[in-house]
Amino acid sequence: MAIVLKRKPLNFLEKLYLPQIVAGLSTTFKRMLAPKETMEYPEERPPIPKGYRGVPTLVKDPEGREKCVSCQLCEFVCPPKAIRIIPGEIQDEEHANVEKAPKEFDIDMLRCIYCGMCEEVCPEEAIWLQNQYSMSGYSREEMVNNKEKLYELGGTLPDQHFKWKKKKEAEEAGNAH
Amino acid sequence: MSEEKKDDGLISVFIDGQEVRTKPGTNIIEVAASVGKEIPHYCYHPKLSVSGNCRMCLIELGMPGRDRATGEPILNEDGSPKIMFFPGPAIGCGTNAAPNMHVKTDSDMVKECREGVTEFLLANHPLDCPICDQAGECRLQEFSTSHGAGYSRFVEQKNVKPKRTRLGPRVMLDDERCILCSRCIRFCQEVADDDVLGFTDRGSYSTLTCFPGKQLENNYSLNTVDICPVGALTSTDFRFKMRVWFLKHVKSIDFETSVGCNTDVWAREGKIYRITPRRNDEVNDTWMPDSGRELYKLVDGENRLPHCKAGEANVSASDALAKAVELLKGEGVAIVGSGRCSVEEQYALKAIAETTKAVGVYLVGRYGDDDGILVSRDRNANVRGALMTGLINSLPEESLSDLGAKIDSGEVKVVLSVKEDLVAAGLSKDQIAKVKLVSFDTQRYASTDLAGVVIAGLTPFERSGTVINQQFRIQKFHKAVPGPAGAVDDLVALATVQANLSEESFPSTVASVWKQLGESGPFEGLSFKSIPDEGVLLDGSAFGALPFAEGKSLHFEPKQEAVAAE
Repeated sequence: MAIVLKRKPLNFLEKLYLPQIVAGLSTTFKRMLAPKETMEYPEERPPIPKGYRGVPTLVKDPEGREKCVSCQLCEFVCPPKAIRIIPGEIQDEEHANVEKAPKEFDIDMLRCIYCGMCEEVCPEEAIWLQNQYSMSGYSREEMVNNKEKLYELGGTLPDQHFKWKKKKEAEEAGNAH
Repeated sequence: MSEEKKDDGLISVFIDGQEVRTKPGTNIIEVAASVGKEIPHYCYHPKLSVSGNCRMCLIELGMPGRDRATGEPILNEDGSPKIMFFPGPAIGCGTNAAPNMHVKTDSDMVKECREGVTEFLLANHPLDCPICDQAGECRLQEFSTSHGAGYSRFVEQKNVKPKRTRLGPRVMLDDERCILCSRCIRFCQEVADDDVLGFTDRGSYSTLTCFPGKQLENNYSLNTVDICPVGALTSTDFRFKMRVWFLKHVKSIDFETSVGCNTDVWAREGKIYRITPRRNDEVNDTWMPDSGRELYKLVDGENRLPHCKAGEANVSASDALAKAVELLKGEGVAIVGSGRCSVEEQYALKAIAETTKAVGVYLVGRYGDDDGILVSRDRNANVRGALMTGLINSLPEESLSDLGAKIDSGEVKVVLSVKEDLVAAGLSKDQIAKVKLVSFDTQRYASTDLAGVVIAGLTPFERSGTVINQQFRIQKFHKAVPGPAGAVDDLVALATVQANLSEESFPSTVASVWKQLGESGPFEGLSFKSIPDEGVLLDGSAFGALPFAEGKSLHFEPKQEAVAAE
């Protein structure tokens, strides 16, 4: 059986509509004068909090050496299998003691879920999820970040431990005892 | 202990209180492994002599006590024999099982020993796991996790030793990673019989090196890489190619010679990265020759045939097979089989030979030098398969001159060749041009270009089947990677040809072929599924009179008559 709700008849004030208009406009004017809660994206960008997980990137050490040694742990741990690495041997004399570096390093940003496990697992502190959060492109290929793009996005990590340089110096100095 | 138990020649050893019946003299590591207790070890290897230098396998050892004065057993209060444990630990690998021996594999003292040994091994270890090829299958990595302290107290400078040394054409050495277990040295001395490795200097200066003027270049050098418990020895071929945790391994057989070494083929996403030996104590122990490890390069070799051909044109497999059937329906068919085909394919080929009333069935023999270890003189993996399926009844010759003569006389008009280069096997191009050639190939040979129909087949890594080795041991191999899109499985192709020729159905899968093979004849009672991984020894006595080429090799003695015939 259908339920019939009887509508209450409007009283005098309600019939005037004025109190409602005033109440509504007061909200409008309050908002107009209050500080803004939105921003003019994309001209204006929000501040990025510490520990934010943006687009994964590769970094170099302060001397310009690529930190990644292509151990492929990030490729292994990546839940959506977004990372693809082809390892290679380092040919240049200066960093020959590091032996290994990625020949190719691709991250498919259509697959990446920004979980940060690659950063967590990296034994060389070479992969970092940095501040960039917006990626766009016209094709699927464009959305795959290759090695050059990843280093361009990543820049330099200003840490000063120089693990491999110290190893090389020890190698050159000879035996400690 | 009952009388019946005593008669079987076994003795009782107690591993952590659990009684194990074992042969006297069995290594304690093996005894413990038989009941699922792992005694961690680096230098011990079941197929090498015991050197006992890594000290990782320290255990507590005890025997039932006896009163020194009277010789009476000392008993506990409850009447059980009192076990007198030695005050210090002993190495498990250097201890052989003795009656009523008691072993503790996880007492506090043992755990402390392992932790101490691990700490010392790690003191000078470079910890370059991120760039080390052994990572993922490294015993030091595993035992540091399971038996290590988890932190380092070592603040001094680590030892510096030569890195990136080339020991030979296929082996790289990183001395800093070496834990001086001497497995590689013992392997070269005892198995490869090529004594080139040794330690120089003493104490923490100890370094693995090749003797001056020598190189680790024997055909078994890569086995040192397999047995190296750490990443000190690595393969130059596999170096930095892929991390091992991505690779899936599939059981296969080395097709290089009639020894039939058991192998594991390691692949990722349809690409093979390496081949390693698989333990089979009856055939190859845990070894294989280096030459067999490179066979996977055939899969992506430059001469690989990616699709079937009829004349010059690329055609689909079904069109090529239809054309092949058409040609084979003619008179005067000769068949050139291969000793590198599987038993199943040879069985199908035999059926084709019967249907076409073949005027000749040949196999191309390949003979080289043997080395007395795991490379035999017969370079065909499966000549005995061809004998046992009845495809041939005498040993193959290297040259097809008999077939050549038959072609010249006009007796042979159509040749079906499977996986063989007829030009290399001694036929001239003119002779091949006289006949219609149906060729099943994986690679492009000189004769492939002359064939009327070419059916692109699969390499042993892309199909499954069985082969019979020099001991008449039938062994299985499995598909590791898919073949090229245009290729067709050889067994399917042969079965299709046979079914079309005979107009009766013919089994086209390995399992269904085995249903027929297992019904009667030399394979009676066997099925593909029932053949274990280590293979089944078949009765080859019917072929005892044939002068097989193989000489003595690991786990193989040629028949006396054959030796006398030489």
